[in-house]
Amino acid sequence: MSEYTYPILFGVVVGTATRIYMLRTDYRQYPTYLHGKIIHVALGFIAAGLGTVAIPSILEEEFTAITFLTLAASQFRDVRNMERNTLNELDNYELVPRGKTYIEGIAIAFESRNYLVIFTSFLSTLGYLLFNIWGGLIAAVIAIFISTKLMSGGRLGDIVEVEYFEPRFDGPGLYVDNIYIMNIGLPERKKEVLSYGMGFILKPKNFNARTTIANLGQRQAILHDVSNALGVHRDSGTPALVPLAKRDLDDGRVGVFILPQENDIEKAMKIIEKVPTLENAIRMPKERERKLEER
Amino acid sequence: MEIEKFILAAITTNPKKVPCGVAVFHCDDKEEMEKITTNLEAILDGIAHSLTDELYVIVKH
Repeated sequence: MSEYTYPILFGVVVGTATRIYMLRTDYRQYPTYLHGKIIHVALGFIAAGLGTVAIPSILEEEFTAITFLTLAASQFRDVRNMERNTLNELDNYELVPRGKTYIEGIAIAFESRNYLVIFTSFLSTLGYLLFNIWGGLIAAVIAIFISTKLMSGGRLGDIVEVEYFEPRFDGPGLYVDNIYIMNIGLPERKKEVLSYGMGFILKPKNFNARTTIANLGQRQAILHDVSNALGVHRDSGTPALVPLAKRDLDDGRVGVFILPQENDIEKAMKIIEKVPTLENAIRMPKERERKLEER
Repeated sequence: MEIEKFILAAITTNPKKVPCGVAVFHCDDKEEMEKITTNLEAILDGIAHSLTDELYVIVKH
């Protein structure tokens, strides 16, 4: 056994544990299946190994050995591709699809979490080798804390106010507040829509939020999350019963129309507030203004 | 460019108002019109939209 055995073991264990910790199955129900989890734990183990051995190679002045970290980059980019492809395939069979923007967000998260593992292993091994096992543990805790901060993004509740409105019909037009959702012709369908449907208005808190919730991917993510959590009154062959989100062009509010199986207003509002703001949907037109002013 | 929406059928009680180039179902009264529309909606996997009180169209989205 060399002097590096324990530090390396320590780093790998901490890294893999971090990956398991970050691999939470939540309401998004992904990944639920055992094999999907094994793939990610195994990749997390590899990532932990890569992050860990970087420190001994620096200490041994084997600088060329560090270049294997580039290998990690291409390796984990493949993870993103893999997740994107799987989710895209599965999306065709969802009653309310996730949408490409949401899928891209999930795929990016999977890739970046492997880098967080590398970072955690790297820091903990460094702590162990510079001080002792306690130093390593403290470094590990700090790194895990930073990883947790980095992995959790914003929520919709931070940027919009959610308000409940009962959907109503004006002739054949379905409205949520004053936002037109769609045209439904049959009186039978109208009845169904009114008894199951719920309407919400998302009022953006600022101009940035206005552009973010205008994004079609973000809107699809809201519909998917709500339909996922509360069920959806829909089947193939009933295209009229479809949850939709439309925008008020005047002030940027978004009207969300959903058809849940469980008609619980409080719960639905909470779920909408908890929908993640997708990284790819976030726009910051205000940033530009501020920078121009500073100039 | 792909055509995303398409009128599959029109159902009407007023033959004067129907468009050309589409399958048209003439009905005697509103009740019959709604019945046929419901069936067609299910068969064609389209959405029944009402343009006026006497004219429905089934649109594929």
